[in-house]
Order: sequence, then structure tokens, then C-alpha cells
Amino acid sequence: MAAVAHIDSWLENFTEAEKSAAGRSLPWLHRLREDAFARFCETGFPTTKDEDWRFTNVSAIARTAFRPASAVRLAPGDTAAWRVDDAAATLVFVNGRFSAELSELDFVPKGVTVASLRGRIESHPEEVEKHLGRYADTQRDPFVALNTAFIGDGAYVHVARGVVVEAPIYLLYLSTKEEAATMTHPRNLIVADDEAQVAVIEDYASVGGESVVFSNAVTELVAGESTVAQHYLIEREHLKAFNVSTLRIEQGRSANVASHSVLLGGGLVRNNVHPVLAGEGGECLINGLFLGTGSQHLDNYMHVEHAAPHCGSRQFYNGILDGQAHGVFHGRIVVHKIAQKTDAKQTNRNLLLSDDAQIDTKPQLEIYADDVKCTHGATIGQIEENALFYLQSRGISEMEARKLLLMAFADECVERMQSDVARGHIERLVNEHLLFTEGIAPQSGTLGRVVERKLEEVG
Amino acid sequence: MSLLEIRNLHVSVGGNEILKGIDLTVNAGEVHSIMGPNGSGKSTLAQVLARRDAYQVTEGSILFEGKNLLEMKPEEAACEGLFLAFQYPVEIPGIGNTYFLRSALNAQRKHRGQDEMDAMDFLPMFREKLKLLEMDDKLMNRSLNEGFSGGEKKRNEILQMAVLEPKLAILDETDSGLDIDALRIVAQGVNSLRSPERAMVVVTHYQRLLNYIVPDFVHVLVDGRIVRSGGKELALELEEKGYSWTEHEPVGARA
Repeated sequence: MAAVAHIDSWLENFTEAEKSAAGRSLPWLHRLREDAFARFCETGFPTTKDEDWRFTNVSAIARTAFRPASAVRLAPGDTAAWRVDDAAATLVFVNGRFSAELSELDFVPKGVTVASLRGRIESHPEEVEKHLGRYADTQRDPFVALNTAFIGDGAYVHVARGVVVEAPIYLLYLSTKEEAATMTHPRNLIVADDEAQVAVIEDYASVGGESVVFSNAVTELVAGESTVAQHYLIEREHLKAFNVSTLRIEQGRSANVASHSVLLGGGLVRNNVHPVLAGEGGECLINGLFLGTGSQHLDNYMHVEHAAPHCGSRQFYNGILDGQAHGVFHGRIVVHKIAQKTDAKQTNRNLLLSDDAQIDTKPQLEIYADDVKCTHGATIGQIEENALFYLQSRGISEMEARKLLLMAFADECVERMQSDVARGHIERLVNEHLLFTEGIAPQSGTLGRVVERKLEEVG
Repeated sequence: MSLLEIRNLHVSVGGNEILKGIDLTVNAGEVHSIMGPNGSGKSTLAQVLARRDAYQVTEGSILFEGKNLLEMKPEEAACEGLFLAFQYPVEIPGIGNTYFLRSALNAQRKHRGQDEMDAMDFLPMFREKLKLLEMDDKLMNRSLNEGFSGGEKKRNEILQMAVLEPKLAILDETDSGLDIDALRIVAQGVNSLRSPERAMVVVTHYQRLLNYIVPDFVHVLVDGRIVRSGGKELALELEEKGYSWTEHEPVGARA
């Protein structure tokens, strides 16, 4: 870790934020923020010397003096394009602030609470206190510490015991163009009680042009016993955006949770997914797709913790990288001593479409139990020339054939998404995105050369 | 004008000359068989015709309906009516069989200035062809060739041919690895497509397939050259006497 640059600026921002923060009269929340800020000041931003950040250099974030994003009002017409039809509820945040007029909360089903976190802290602090900050680790991750220090607004979702929410709850985070470099620290709390069922989509997007924005989000998702929960993350901001997001999942006994991540946009993106399987018989699916081009840097850091016996986790991440894009997949699996009969699986597949695209893929298994099954594998390859020729030989143009092959590769991930509404939304975004990926166009040089490196290990 | 005219074709792969001056004329309505030992250049000829770019044509010409085939990309050759049944059909996960075949057919129809076929028109026609190849339509909901047995893959090739209705079909060792039942079904599918407008080039190592698909002409390819041409009786003679009978060099002299 490095000394914090612009420490004065951070201190000023923190002091300013504290003055208007939600629940500033609540001692527990005040302490949570103060401790987190102290921790951040102690550690500073990580550097590539830290093992967890070896492949991702965040100095561009560290050396920028960010200001809080401004309060901006958007008309409903400005955000019409971003809607997801058939959501159970929609919460819209503009520059980190909840916008009641853009949100849609009229049809929230019975037994379900959907609100802004800020509002909920004011109205029902005791509910929030039970969970907020109890899972996300400010000690290990400076970005989590920073987010916690600046807890302001975000989504609060609570699903009561046994309640099944059919349609997903849609959370949209929009950033606008500003003069200065700005930041937001969205904080979400999703609590699904025993035997409940819920799906939440977090969607990060930009409106009205590009400026340097830094979105540092933390979501705590608590799934009770036998609860079924799905979380979707979509990053599609412009290329000047820094986006760090951390999903911390706490799973109870026999809970079945899925995390789906789709990284399309953002210049420097870090996607942390940290499920803890804390109750027996839990299942976790960790599924992701990242499509990088230009000079995008897309880092996926998985930290799957098996803390109870008889749990299963499956990780599937597919990456397509073009231009000078750099992708990272870090798959850490920790099996605690108590977690016998763990069945953990990890697969990372990558397509590199250009000579300059790069992927770092790294499994990291820490197993302290003796009766477990952990497998991991990674592949790095290019569009297969045989497959391309086969499609062309039937009359399909090279361009179309490439597109079909890329979509098929992306679909492996998209098809794992259980919610029809979420999958439909993501399928549209991915297809649109692939249409504009430069690697679809024929490139001499890379076409005939097929490099396939396969690493398969069972440990 | 002949459908296919190959003149003095020389082809190299990575500096090795594989085809050393092939001459072959195929007219509409004809079925030609190209036989030869392993490594004689049969598959190279098939792949060059389908316009695979890994092969360098160093000399000679190929005209397809009078047009220069060597200037065409694989998809253009396909749209002009050339079809290759692959010796090793490729498995492509994530692309559905039916979707793929309809996309291919529509790409070809578009090229010919015809309207694209929607699912309503496509499916009845498709079901007919499936019946012809005695294929389970459940296979069609799966990814292209994925998890297909060897026989299913070969039948899928002929199914594609039946749907795309090419002018010239090249069957590259479609018989290899097939049991007798599968062979009969494949041959039946091929025979049903024989017509005065359509020509076929059947590339095979064994005479077996030719019991079912009776050729008009048989050519023997040895070491990159056609060393003998004749009628269907040539295939029987080969079966009896072996390839060494036609060769100036011993069998398997080159890979």
C-alpha cells in the first residue's frame, strides 16, 4: 500500500460528507465511517506490489483529486433509454443521489421493501444497523474502507421470509459529465430472509458525455436459509470511468445464490465478488462475461469462501479482449477447515482477438479441509480458424461468422442467467456491444494463427 | 460450358507441393469419384475447391461456371453453388444447428437476389430433409455438431447439402468411419440429390461407397497427379488389384 496522495483533499471530502451524511446522529454509523476512513488513511490505495492487485494498477485513481459528484436533475425523458421493462421496482441514482421522480416504486410486491439506503437509515436505523458494514471487509480492501467512510446513498432491499419476487429489482446508477473529476460511493444493502426469492440488477451507465468519474460501489447481499437470490452487475460506463465494485454475499444454510457480472464499459474496472458460504448445503454460482477493447482494463477478482460443510460453488468467467485491452481473472477459493465435502469448480475461458490484447488468469486455492473437491481450469485462445472456415464454407460471410462465434462464446455466460428479464436486457446489451467490437472485422495476421494454451489442474 | 474446369493445378502447403498438375472437367449431371491412397492429395483438392486459404495455388486455374474460383472467398464459392461435405465436420458450441442452417441458406439466397426464408417457410422444408436423412429433430436443437457421433456428423453434412441444394457437391471421405446402415442412409441422401443440373465429386479411399453412389467417372489420384481415369469399372479393378497397380512409385511413398 502507498501513502495517500491528496490526503488533504480526502480529509476535506470526508469532513464535508460527514456534515450532511445520513444518520449522522447515529453513534454506530458515525463510528463505522470514522473507523473506515482511519483504515483507508492507514493503508492508502493498493499498488501492484499487493498480491491482490498484482495485475491492476490503480495509480490513476490514487493520483486524482476527486470531488463529490454534483447534484443534477435529469428529466424522465433523459433516462427513458435506460429502463428495463417488467422490473418489480426501479431505483435510479444520478451522481450517487437517489432520484425519487425517476424511480418507480408503485408496484413493489407485498413483503418487499425497496428504498434508498439514505431514506431507510433515517426512517428505520435499527433495521439497517443489523447488517450494514457487518460483511464487507474494510480491513482487507482499501476501496471497501473508502466506500464505508463515505456511506451516503444506495439501494435498500428487504424481502420478508417466504416472499417470492418474480421480476428483478432494477437499480440504475447514472453518472453525468462534469468539469472536474468526480466520485460516488454507492452502498447497497440487500437482505432476503429465509425461504425468500429475489433478483437484483445493478446497472452502471453514463449520460451526457465523458468526464473522469470514479464509482466505488459496495453491495452487501444477505441470503437467509433456503433463500434463492440472484445478483446482476452491469458495467457500461464510458471509457473515462473508473469503476470499482465489491459484492459481498453472506449465504445461510441451503441458500442458493448467483452472481452474474457483465463488464462492457469503463476504462479501469475492478469487479470484486466475495461470497461466503456460511451455512451447510449452500450453492453459489459465480458467472461473468467481460468484453474489452481499446485500452480498457477489466479485472475480475473472485474470492469464494467455503465456511461450512457440503457447499458447492461454480465459477464461470468468459473474456473477449481486443485492441490493447487487458483482462484479469483472479479466482481465489478458500476452503476452511470445517468445510468438508466442499465441491468448488472454476473455469475461465478467454478469446484474444488482437496481438496486443492481454489476459492474466490466476487460480488461487487455499484448502484447509481434507475431504474436498476443487477443480480449476483456464483457456486462452483465438477465434478458431476451423470453425470460421466451416461457417464460411456454407455461405456465411467472414464478418458474420466471426460475430456468430463471438456471440456463441458470450452466450455461454448469458445463458446461465436465470431471470428472463435480466437475461433479455443483458443479451441486448451484449449483442449491441459485439456489433461494434473492432475484432469482428477481418484482421490479417491473427487469423491463420491459432494459439491455444490450456491449463487444467485438479487439486 | 463445363460446371468445373481444373487446369494444370499445382498446390503447395508450407512449401511442400501436394498437387502437381491436376486436370479435371466436371459437367452438370455427372458424378465423379476421386480415389487414391492416403496422402495422395485428395483432401487438399477438396479444400482448395472450397477455398481454404491455408493452401497456395502456385500454378494453374479453376473455373466454376466460367468464373475464376481462385478469386473467390469460401462464402462466395458457397453462394455460387459449391458445397464441401467435410471429412471432419467442426463442432461449434453455442451455435444452434437449425439457426446456423437457416442463416447459411439465407446468406446464399440473399446473394442470389432471392427473399430470405422465415422460420415458417423454412421449417416444413427442413423437416422433409431430416426425414430423408433419418435424423432425430432433437439433434437440431443442439449446438452445431456438438456431441454428435461420427455417423451423425456425416449425416448432418448431407443434410446441409440437401437444404442448400448446391450445383456442385464435393464429398470428402464422407464414407469413412460409417457403419453399413449409416452408409446406406448417407448414400440414399446423396442419390436423392442427383439431378441433371447437379454434379458431384466423391472423394474416397475405398470402393465401398461407390456400390451405393455409382459414379459416371472414376479418377485415380496418386502423389498429386491423376494417373488414371475411366468409368465405374475402374473402381472395381482398383479394389481387386490395389493402388500399387496404378502407381509408378510404391504405395505410401509420400505422406
